[in-house]
Amino acid sequence: MATVSLESRPYEKVSDHDSSHESVNYLNHDHSILSWLLTLDHKRIGLLYLVTITLMFLLGGALAGAVRLELLTPKGDLLAADTYNKAFTAHGIIMLFFFLIPSIPAVMGNFVLPLMIGAKDVAFPRLNLLSYYLYFAGSVIALTALLLGGVDTGWTFYTPFSSTYSNSYVVVMAVGLFVVGFSSILTGLNFVVTVHRMRCPGLTWFRLPLFIWAIYATSVVQLLGTPVIAVTLGLLGVERTLGVGIFDPRLGGDPILFQHLFWFYSHPAVYIMILPSLGLISEVISTFSKKTVFGYHIIAFSSIAIAVFGFIVWAHHMFTTGISPYAAMVFSLLTFSVAIPSGIKVFSWLATMYGGSISFDTPMIYAFGFLGLFTIGGLTGLFLSTLGTDIHLHDTYFIVAHFHYIMVGGAIMGYMAGVHFWWPKITGRLYSEFWGKLSAGITFIGFNFTFFPQFILGYLGMPRRYYEYPDEFQVLNVFSTAGASILAIGYLMPMFYMPLSFFFGEKANSNPYGATTLDWTDTTSPPSPHNFEKTPVVTEEPYNFHGKEAAVVSH
Amino acid sequence: MSATNQTVQDHGQHHHHKDLAHHFDTLEQQHDANTLGMWAFLLTEVLFFGGLFAAYTIYRYKYSAMFEEASNHLDITLGATNTVILILSSLTMALAVRCSQTGQAVWTGRWLLITIFFGLMFLGVKYFEWKHDYNIRLMPGKDWAGKDFFWWQYAKKAKEMEKHDKGHSHALPDPKDVLPDNHPSLGIKGIQESQQARLFFLLYFCMTSLHALHMLVGFVLIGIIAYFAYQGAYSPDYYSPVENIGLYWHFVDIVWIFLFPLLYLLGAHMGH
Ligand code: HEM
Ligand SMILES: [Cu+2]
Repeated sequence: MATVSLESRPYEKVSDHDSSHESVNYLNHDHSILSWLLTLDHKRIGLLYLVTITLMFLLGGALAGAVRLELLTPKGDLLAADTYNKAFTAHGIIMLFFFLIPSIPAVMGNFVLPLMIGAKDVAFPRLNLLSYYLYFAGSVIALTALLLGGVDTGWTFYTPFSSTYSNSYVVVMAVGLFVVGFSSILTGLNFVVTVHRMRCPGLTWFRLPLFIWAIYATSVVQLLGTPVIAVTLGLLGVERTLGVGIFDPRLGGDPILFQHLFWFYSHPAVYIMILPSLGLISEVISTFSKKTVFGYHIIAFSSIAIAVFGFIVWAHHMFTTGISPYAAMVFSLLTFSVAIPSGIKVFSWLATMYGGSISFDTPMIYAFGFLGLFTIGGLTGLFLSTLGTDIHLHDTYFIVAHFHYIMVGGAIMGYMAGVHFWWPKITGRLYSEFWGKLSAGITFIGFNFTFFPQFILGYLGMPRRYYEYPDEFQVLNVFSTAGASILAIGYLMPMFYMPLSFFFGEKANSNPYGATTLDWTDTTSPPSPHNFEKTPVVTEEPYNFHGKEAAVVSH
Repeated sequence: MSATNQTVQDHGQHHHHKDLAHHFDTLEQQHDANTLGMWAFLLTEVLFFGGLFAAYTIYRYKYSAMFEEASNHLDITLGATNTVILILSSLTMALAVRCSQTGQAVWTGRWLLITIFFGLMFLGVKYFEWKHDYNIRLMPGKDWAGKDFFWWQYAKKAKEMEKHDKGHSHALPDPKDVLPDNHPSLGIKGIQESQQARLFFLLYFCMTSLHALHMLVGFVLIGIIAYFAYQGAYSPDYYSPVENIGLYWHFVDIVWIFLFPLLYLLGAHMGH
């Protein structure tokens, strides 16, 4: 069972007594293609997602490149206006619905959730595979919409443009999102039931690793929010195909209703993207500080609080639409209150590191990047919740910078931290720490070069979603485009050294960082097909790094 | 968190039960997981329909007069008949679940098939109702325009006349014979009202057809489970599929229990 000792380090070679790499594991027990495509094993399904969403990320990234290149010069010279609209729409849709939303839940969640709670699998393995294929089918439909000629509405599909005026493939795209939405719902459902019903003996709610709390909160949001966007897109499709007017003011409909329904999902959806990262960072920071998480209970509850608050702030996207000022005031206040649980988390991470024995491994470097960027993203959110300021900043590049700081700087940094963190568990191999740290550093620098200038651009009044801009904005835009190319290098590097590690990397032992959760202490690297030799029994809280020697049983 | 090398001692006895999937330790755990899964799914469904109910609420509030008017054009008798049929089907479903728990395999299958039968009856009634709606031009689609506005005004007038000299029902003549295509008296207000009524019918058709779609899915699932029930797949040890399809079916019924008053009784309630 647990064969960990505190001295183990990532660079340590597998010692003789650790025979994990010899034995049968989930990767080598069956090599056929079908055994992958029809697998019911949560670990393999996680890897299927990993590969697919990485491809989507590359596509979304290429589109971002096109958008940034167009913005290198004030004139619209690279892309036609219409093509530009389609490029940023495709970029947004792919990155959000096909990369970021499935990223941590579907890849890391699938892989480690059962391992962390001592289960043999998720509660519904077949449903899990169905989720993957729904995701796949949704992607194919969405790509079809792009190949047919694309969509030009922006990822927000605002009516009446999307319902009445746009001549692009809105309905096809809506169908794709509808399908991928059900993938997300079913994953959420599966995880909720798994956390409730599949925990191993002794693993009470307050012994759960914080990543599980975060995934749990996220899953609830997926379960409650996604059906609303599904039905909203359904209505949009009905309106376009039947020529009725549920969102069309000429026909008695209300275009603002669309925005309400859209943001009722899409604000919580931004928490679907960031919450898993918040939990994951708690794991990484605690593990590499060798210290228990500061304020465990409060952090667990703050994940739940964020999920709950997430549902009652949606109209902060609509302050300029002419909603009632009283409603706007309430939504502004509520939005401010979201900052409280988010702030609590930041302070907890700092307090966790304080006095810890910190090691600067790659996941930790990514986590540091996350800390800085998420904080900036969250604080600028407060500017936007302020009614007066938002009138000035709404629909400018300030918004673009704000949400990229959170979604790219926060969520994707967290995802990268997670991929590096669990890589030895997933593959049984170590990657090159040198290249890992370098890529984390380059990503951080490239990111700030890309997006910080956008805060200034937005403040100066450059609107989003235009392919031309006045000459005086060029310097900052050149900064941003140059930064984007650095960022691209940062993201591309892991696509080389990670596959290299997969095939040639040094073997990892079962717990290279001396982590305390079951995924590390009780499984081999890579885990066996059914995860645990014997169902583990948990006897204490997580993150007890000091009681370690006493509690660990080696044999 | 650390683990000791104890193992769970008590998961052995059911371990080889034929219905126990490999990743569960006990049948009870499996049952709980399935049940919770179904409840979670129904929660999603509530929000799925919730989007439509929200839209309904908003327009009902904004255009209450015309929503009441429009509601009067639905057939309460058919709606009520269907409500009764659906409640009966809920009863038979509950009996099916009960029989599966007590191990009466054949009756489980029978009650399930009877449930499908009632469901089909519901959709049969619905079919004729929709056809009727079509005939009296309640379809909100692309051709809801021009003369249909007049039709709408005309139908409204005829209703009023009918109320006036109580008892004598007026068969409605074709509006084309009564009102010219470009009848000037209607004006912008008439057009707006017509659009508001159109929204009501749009929601009526969206909600009832989404509901019907759920029934169709239900038929397939109930059919499969009925087949397994006849095969003797369920026992007092293992009946969660029957129980879960029961939950699903009751949910579909409950949606209708909300739809009926909101769509059919709205006008009657408002005293027209
Ligand atoms: C402290 C927490 C946060 C606050 C107070 C906050 C506040 C806001 C406000 C008020 C807006 C609307 C601005 C406007 O359109 O005029 C906004 C936009 C946005 N936020 Fe945040 N936010 C926070 C965290 C997040 C997180 C965690 C994410 C994503 C993971 C996020 C993603 C977005 C996105 C995507 C938009 C723009 C959507 C669009 O128009 O395309 N925000 N934020
Ligand atoms: Cu928001």
